[in-house]
Amino acid sequence: EIQQYFLKEAAKYEKKVMVLDFVTPTPQGSSWGLGGTCVNVGCIPKKLMHQAALLGQALQDSRKFGWQFTEEVKHNWMTMTESVQNYIGSLNWGYRVALRDNKVTYENAYGEFVGPHTIKATNKKGIEKLYTAERFIIATGERPRYLGIPGDKEYCLSSDDLFSLPYCPGKTLVVGASYVALECAGFLAGLGLDVTVMVRSILLRGFDQDMANRIGEYMKEHGVNFIREFVPIKVEQVEEGTPGILKVTAKSTAGDQMIEGEYNTVLLAIGRDPCTRKIGLDKVGVNINEKTGKIPVNDEEQTNVSYIYAVGDILQDKLELTPVAIQAGRLLVRRLYAGATTKCDYVNVPTTVFTPLEYGACGYSEETAVEKFGEENIEVYHSHFWPLEWTVPSRDNNKCYAKIICNIQDNERVIGFHVLGPNAGEVTQGFAAAIKCGLTKEQLDNTVGIHPVCAEVCIQSHLKAHGILG
Amino acid sequence: MLRGFGARPARDGSERTSDPLPSLEGVIAHLRLLPPPPAAPGAGSGSCRGRSYDLLVIGGGSGGLACAKEAAQFGRKVAVMDYVEPSPQGTSWGLGGTCVNVGCIPKKLMHQAALLGSALKDAQHYGWNISQPVHHTWSVMAQGVQNYVKSLNWGHRVQLQEKKVKYFNIKGSFSDPHTVCGLTKAGKETVVTADNIVIATGGRPKYPMDVAGALEYGITSDDLFWLKESPGKTLVVGASYVSLECAGFLTGIGLDTTVMMRSVPLRGFDQQMASLVTEHMESYGTKFLKRCFPTKVEKLKSNRLQVTWKNADLDTEETDSFDTVMWAVGRAPDTKTLNLETVGVKTNSETGKIIVDASEATSVPHIYAVGDITEGRPELTPTAIAAGKLLAQRLFGQSSELMDYDNVPTTVFAPLEYGCVGLSEEAAVQRYGSDNIEVYHAFYKPLEFTVAERDATQCYMKMVCLREREQRILGLHFIGPNAGEVIQGFALGIKCGATYPQMMKTVGIHPTCAEEVTKLHITKRSGLDATVTGC
Repeated sequence: EIQQYFLKEAAKYEKKVMVLDFVTPTPQGSSWGLGGTCVNVGCIPKKLMHQAALLGQALQDSRKFGWQFTEEVKHNWMTMTESVQNYIGSLNWGYRVALRDNKVTYENAYGEFVGPHTIKATNKKGIEKLYTAERFIIATGERPRYLGIPGDKEYCLSSDDLFSLPYCPGKTLVVGASYVALECAGFLAGLGLDVTVMVRSILLRGFDQDMANRIGEYMKEHGVNFIREFVPIKVEQVEEGTPGILKVTAKSTAGDQMIEGEYNTVLLAIGRDPCTRKIGLDKVGVNINEKTGKIPVNDEEQTNVSYIYAVGDILQDKLELTPVAIQAGRLLVRRLYAGATTKCDYVNVPTTVFTPLEYGACGYSEETAVEKFGEENIEVYHSHFWPLEWTVPSRDNNKCYAKIICNIQDNERVIGFHVLGPNAGEVTQGFAAAIKCGLTKEQLDNTVGIHPVCAEVCIQSHLKAHGILG
Repeated sequence: MLRGFGARPARDGSERTSDPLPSLEGVIAHLRLLPPPPAAPGAGSGSCRGRSYDLLVIGGGSGGLACAKEAAQFGRKVAVMDYVEPSPQGTSWGLGGTCVNVGCIPKKLMHQAALLGSALKDAQHYGWNISQPVHHTWSVMAQGVQNYVKSLNWGHRVQLQEKKVKYFNIKGSFSDPHTVCGLTKAGKETVVTADNIVIATGGRPKYPMDVAGALEYGITSDDLFWLKESPGKTLVVGASYVSLECAGFLTGIGLDTTVMMRSVPLRGFDQQMASLVTEHMESYGTKFLKRCFPTKVEKLKSNRLQVTWKNADLDTEETDSFDTVMWAVGRAPDTKTLNLETVGVKTNSETGKIIVDASEATSVPHIYAVGDITEGRPELTPTAIAAGKLLAQRLFGQSSELMDYDNVPTTVFAPLEYGCVGLSEEAAVQRYGSDNIEVYHAFYKPLEFTVAERDATQCYMKMVCLREREQRILGLHFIGPNAGEVIQGFALGIKCGATYPQMMKTVGIHPTCAEEVTKLHITKRSGLDATVTGC
């Protein structure tokens, strides 16, 4: 996806541009077309399957709103997956066309550096070609990590496999506590499957922990099982099939206790590793972080080798998000070829976790705000809310929640925004823009709400600071 | 650090404490927060002047209740008078005003029912094996909605009680600038005196005066939400958001619905956006009779209603029969029985609304007005609430903050929602000249529409900016799902003086519809195709 944007940009400035894209199949054999993680095995299929799960909930609600159907409604995995894959296929095709229309040369080949300014491209058939270029941009992204235990590569799936799985995954164990783990567990449960999440320690490391725990609580109350403080140590096949039956043995992180469980599918979501180890970076002297594999760059996305740049998930200390990658890539090309000077602004980048109860956030978590500014220098305003659409169907009235963190020493500037509720992404986007404009609590209070929507709770003046009654 | 109880908001935006019994620490903390009793002369309690209350609020709706509750927080003696004159069809309701009973709340819930109808159709594409078509039963929906509204009425009664605000269910009228009297339902006369009086009686739907049978046979939004049985084949007359929103959800739940408009839809709103709203409604299944106006309504033997109308374009007279005719031709302020002339409260001769200054003061000292009743103000719940609260703070809390009515965001909950904040394109052109504004726009497709094979032709957004230097944003307009959720945060940005470059510096959240706002780059001036592909 990022290729589309910045390569089209470069081609706009009449530069000769080539893109090499190649997908190494997963251990299970899954592969996909042009577009990268977001389009094929990330944001897009994830949001569509999340939508499928939300529609299941909508079906339940609709009865209370007067819609009549007596049958118990069941979900068909194949119908959904086929539709999703068809849409992705149209996007892959759209990218091919866009590159062609912008006169960008595209090769479906695996690229690796072999010497200064020289790259070797190997296609599916093993045919090698050499190309030289004045400048290079590395945007190879990441792939899911495996546990390194017996049976992981043979029997387990990752998000790379899930979205094109040609059979219903059935009873699933999701290993991990990342947003990938929780989002997948969330929609699988929403589609009616028996889902368990095995968590080594905390949920959503790096995110506001109070919000993370609320997400977990909600999922638990809505049918997702959690096994906390355990890690799998081996996966064995009990029965072959699509799906088959797998036996997972896990060990407690707190002691010697061992447990076993049987599942149709085991989905690993324990993290992602950059694709930087086998692309010949050593041949051209590009430094990488040996431990993580990530590439350090300066604030202009330039590596230590002056003609080699990098964008996206492979960057060290940057956010692994599609819009960030697009923004960085686009601005980079404008600086390289159009004389622009604007650098990518990585501060206050908003994000959303599409768990069954969605979580939108921008800025500091409460704990990082306390750490950076001191507890006495921040003010936290919060409120639960009950979406109007949840009243008639009697859905949870105390789960949706919003929290705004302000810096007292800086005019009560809003430095953190967190919302847990429906359409959290749509709600959060505008607030992120306002935060970019330097939003203060006073400006928040002076803005009138739109009624009745969830977002208005975030500006309602009766959000109260901690320790004070409403 | 004591973890607060953070008040959970009631659906109409007023406050409601979430937990029954606060901790002792919490109570002490609360008491410490209460402001000291005011020492200012003239703001003394009613008892020292011989008047029963510090504040009397006439009208228990969004503005009135917010003002009353806020004043009570300052330890004042407050009373609220609320009374609902039954509609011509006999419909009445409890405490809470228009928004709670016959406005925002039931409207949004019925809109949700209609949206769920579309969700049921989408669900099939996403793998749910639900057979179409699915039938809708009005009475199930109506009961659910009406029960929820009644719980809000109850909630408001409880809150007034908790805050020690006296509630009178009487229809008041002025006898002098500090005295209001009225009859209870039982016929008992009650006289209330107060140092300060706030008029917040709101408005009621208008009936067309020149259409025979309009009053006898037609209903309005006052009645629609309280119907026990389905309205059936319905004609909605009017081009207001009330008309389009109601016609929209009636269509969505499967009823044969027609909208009759005399001229343009959504007068006062951006007209390009208004056209997209009605265009979508047409493809959604709502029928439109454009440039038509009714001349008479008659009852048939079958109990159906025969409507006759003139078609201004074709210069013909046409007729059709309907089960229900609903008038949505505007709202009139509820001042008739207040006796305003006696006390000298000035109203606008054309609209009948009460004239107020920037501090919500009327032409009579110590008499104020907030909400839909006031001239020149938006007829919106959140502005009424905010104005009511600020008024109470100025009267009793030593504040001097005035209500800011600029850049108030709003949303029309048509089947494809339209949210906006700031100037319409035409207002911006008129104010600054078309050479001095730049309009960025895009046609987009929500991701969820793709698999559902839904038509996104009218999904559109535009940002109207000043063209010079920093390119300040004058207005933002968005049509699409969850328009209110999308616009709210951007309204904050505009309050902060957001510029186009700042919007572009904001990174998008992916995949959402709202992110397209941060990616707007095609100008109307360029003439280029504004269709964007999200991914």
